[in-house]
Amino acid sequence: MIRTEEMLLNVGPQHPSTHGVFRLVVKIDGEIITEATPVIGYLHRGTEKIAEDLQYTQIIPYTDRMDYLSAMTNNYVICHAVETMMGIQVPERADFLRVIAMELGRVASHLVAWGTYILDLGATSPFIYAFRDREMIINMLNELSGARLTFNYMRVGGVKWDAPEGWVDTVKEFIPYMREQLKGYHDLVSGNEIFLDRVKGVGIYSKEEAINYSLSGPNLRSTGVKWDLRKDEPYSIYDRFDFNVVTREEGDCLARYYVRLEEIEESLKILEQACDQFPAEGEIMAKVPKIIKPPKGEAFVRIEGPRGEIGCYISSDGKKEPYRLKFRRPSFYNLQILPKLLIGQNIANLVAILGAVDIVLGEVDG
Amino acid sequence: MSGEKDLDQLKREAVEKAKAAALAKRQAKAAGEVPGSPKQEDKPAEQALVQDEKPAETAQEQQIQPAQPAETPALAEDGDDLAKKKAAAVAKAKAAAAAKRKAMDLAGGTAPAEETQAPATPAEEAETAGATDDAKAKAAAAAKAKAAAAAKAKAAAAAKAKAGGTDSADASDDDKAKAKAAAVAKAKAAAAAKAKAAGKPGDTAVAETVPAQVSPNQPFLDKYRKVIEENLGSDVLEDSYINKLSKDVPTLVAKKDTYFKLAQFLKYNELLGFDYLSELHGTDFVTHMEVYVHLFSYKNRQSVALKVKIDRDEPTIESLQPIWAGANWPECEAYDLLGIKFTGHPNLHRILLGEDWVGHPLRKDYEPYDVEV
Amino acid sequence: MVEELLQSSPGIANFGIFFLLGAVLLLIVLGFVTYGILAERKVMGYMQLRHGPNRVGGKWGLLQTVADVLKLLLKEDIIPKAADKPLFIIAPVIAFAPSFMVLAAIPFTDKFQFADIGVGLLYYIAISGMTVFGMVLGGWASNNKYALLGGMRAGAQMISYEIPLVMAVLGVILLTGSLNLNDIVAQQKETAWFILLQPVAFVVFFIASIAELNRTPFDLPEAENELVAGYHVEYSGFRWAFFMLAEYVYLFAMSALITVIFLGGWLPPFEFLGFIPGAVWFSVKFSAVVFVYIWLRSTLPRFRVDRLMEFGWKVLFPVALANIFLTALIKTLFF
Repeated sequence: MIRTEEMLLNVGPQHPSTHGVFRLVVKIDGEIITEATPVIGYLHRGTEKIAEDLQYTQIIPYTDRMDYLSAMTNNYVICHAVETMMGIQVPERADFLRVIAMELGRVASHLVAWGTYILDLGATSPFIYAFRDREMIINMLNELSGARLTFNYMRVGGVKWDAPEGWVDTVKEFIPYMREQLKGYHDLVSGNEIFLDRVKGVGIYSKEEAINYSLSGPNLRSTGVKWDLRKDEPYSIYDRFDFNVVTREEGDCLARYYVRLEEIEESLKILEQACDQFPAEGEIMAKVPKIIKPPKGEAFVRIEGPRGEIGCYISSDGKKEPYRLKFRRPSFYNLQILPKLLIGQNIANLVAILGAVDIVLGEVDG
Repeated sequence: MSGEKDLDQLKREAVEKAKAAALAKRQAKAAGEVPGSPKQEDKPAEQALVQDEKPAETAQEQQIQPAQPAETPALAEDGDDLAKKKAAAVAKAKAAAAAKRKAMDLAGGTAPAEETQAPATPAEEAETAGATDDAKAKAAAAAKAKAAAAAKAKAAAAAKAKAGGTDSADASDDDKAKAKAAAVAKAKAAAAAKAKAAGKPGDTAVAETVPAQVSPNQPFLDKYRKVIEENLGSDVLEDSYINKLSKDVPTLVAKKDTYFKLAQFLKYNELLGFDYLSELHGTDFVTHMEVYVHLFSYKNRQSVALKVKIDRDEPTIESLQPIWAGANWPECEAYDLLGIKFTGHPNLHRILLGEDWVGHPLRKDYEPYDVEV
Repeated sequence: MVEELLQSSPGIANFGIFFLLGAVLLLIVLGFVTYGILAERKVMGYMQLRHGPNRVGGKWGLLQTVADVLKLLLKEDIIPKAADKPLFIIAPVIAFAPSFMVLAAIPFTDKFQFADIGVGLLYYIAISGMTVFGMVLGGWASNNKYALLGGMRAGAQMISYEIPLVMAVLGVILLTGSLNLNDIVAQQKETAWFILLQPVAFVVFFIASIAELNRTPFDLPEAENELVAGYHVEYSGFRWAFFMLAEYVYLFAMSALITVIFLGGWLPPFEFLGFIPGAVWFSVKFSAVVFVYIWLRSTLPRFRVDRLMEFGWKVLFPVALANIFLTALIKTLFF
């Protein structure tokens, strides 16, 4: 008589494919997962607690460290929340700079998502191609803000630095280059049989499940929900640009892969228009009181980050520090569906499904 | 509905009172007497004010004239009657306020003195009259108006020109709701500023405060309230209002024992259909705890904020996890950081800090605890 | 020369000669492994917009692998407390020894061969099949779940892919009528390279050989992104180096075998190029095969374990069988 036993396998917090310090305790029968329990919190820094003792401008660097792959959108969400509360009108040029910076960040973030996803599936080279192109974006943002990853670029009422001379042209030159590269990406990976084998029909969830589990961003759009806050609840100056909301119907890992890659294309469209309409001159900061004190009350704003809805809730008691600050961190919400998706899958699919969720642990743990 | 009317009435009453006070003051001024008015001790300045009143009046009229053409292109694009009215009201209010401000500047030292005193009155009165949460919201609005007024006072003429510019830009915005919201906020601020700074009754002021109340999301709030009252009874909601600071999101405050029922209703009712939980978190307000839930309906493309106040010493509330699976982790987070216990949650655990952590860091009385110290 | 030695009576002198020859071959193989690893890193580097090793030993990084091996020798030898100690120690040896043994049967040129065994091909496949014991044992003895999974995967994969590997080569054997590798090369001199006569067999053999070598896209036993390092996750220092060495010696042996079976060994592609020595031809073809392995490694993603099994049993195996049937049919009907 053969006696078989279920085995408890600890995936992470040190594991090449958990994208940081994510830990997953899986019960496996052979290689088939029967139960998965995510364990998070290894990177919890208490951003919200720290923020309660800081002025609003001082909080911005902390937001850089949440979703460190697209810090610009995080910068934006807190500025946007405070501006909404105070009714500050941001100067046009600052809005353009913000949008260009955010869209560049989105492209960079999706590039990392793409590269690491293929790396998770075992192919090493695409990762490096993605990082080459991301490097160009990082360099541009570096020129703009003086930092490569943690930009600390935006301020309540505008942005910290104006674009250096010729910067917008650099961005403009980058757009056709990136389009060319995107074609190369599709040639290299999208049609690969082994790749399709790994992702097609893997990790499927329906539209209803996605909504029920509070998924957002590409994870939601891959099920056919046509919802993009940039389009549907426009903030900043997104209503001036013409772009599509990319959706797929299948809801599997391949759909998420395509949504991300096509979103890069849409971001390039926005960048192109933004660069063309970029005002030649103008203020980059609105007139904002030296000490920012939003009025008493509360506000919740949400914007579309590369990973989904980034929200910021501020409860103010009229002081210069927030009474309570809360970020809706998309990766945190997106990860909830994972245990459900993993049941009945094998270890290889675990990696494929987790990679397709595209988490950043700084964001999951806050 | 009725609550909204109450709110309107309260506000109007407050304005009326403020106006009456100002009127009395002015009459006293005109009579050349200063009985028991501590803030108006500077007689010569007052005289100057009285003298300047007429020029100010004319200045006001003159200001309105240039303001009109600036609006017309904007209005043409907008095409919405309501917005038109509002925009006009805004422009008028602004022009008036600016004119008044100019007059005050001419008058000299009394202006700041009056400013600092006047804003307080409507807020205080509203609070005493209302004594409900509506009043609080109003007070916040008043505070905002105050800030706006103060900002405006700094650069009267220049600011006016600039505001006019941004206004038309707003109106030409594709997003009507946004423009409307901005217009409303501005009109309100302007009206309040006018009422306060000038401190005298103007017919326009009354006319303006009424449209300024209506938020573009007001119909939605009314609808929610109606549906809820029809189905669940009238005592489900503790409060409901439009949160002007938060992009005019309709906000419902549930009672503790109706919270779960209401949440369920919000999701499963066909008219509401809030199928998406966007955000859930708790806040420690020292007097009480609060759970804030931001819901969204992909069917109706509408947001609603659901709040519930719970006891701070015994923070227990039903879990929303059975309704929205997405509430699972956020509730764990709220439990971890604030100690709110969600009954009916399948796996409530300390998701971020670990089970051995002592205390709940986001509570205001949290003391960091370190084993080694 | 070796033949004569094999026929001669045993003695201390003969033992010394054999030992010396063995040592020489080991050095050659180690030399290959050293530069094979370097080549892999360099080729992959250039494919991935990098330079690869370029510091130790000049700008080509010629001594990089030497430095790496020295480092491995100096590393602390760690044996996990809960590991099965004897098995843990012996597993790398079991994995490595067969990889070196198979080299004896491979004719590098018409003169340079250690043992002209009548069933050379069978010998190769039989011996190389033993390596999987080392992997499974290593995975099991480590007392680590990742290692166990890796070991199990290795077992399943190697056994599954050994069958199409043998089946594919059966066509060649049918055409040659011999299992002797020298005979196979001689047959190719008469007709044509078997890559032309047996293209299907070549493709099947090549794919199965990648699986046998545990290289991407079939590197499931050590799948870094899934099992961290698979069966050798607990190994470090020189014990780990033995697994690594086994892998690269097999790369050497398999490339040599493919060269011999399908690419005509040391034969020149055309008669008029016969003035170039066979050793050169052999190394050119051999290098080309190695390059393709490296190329595939830097291009393809990894198979999923269940699809790998399906692919082996449902695609490669029937195709190999059909190839044998077809070859047999043609041979009986037309020759």
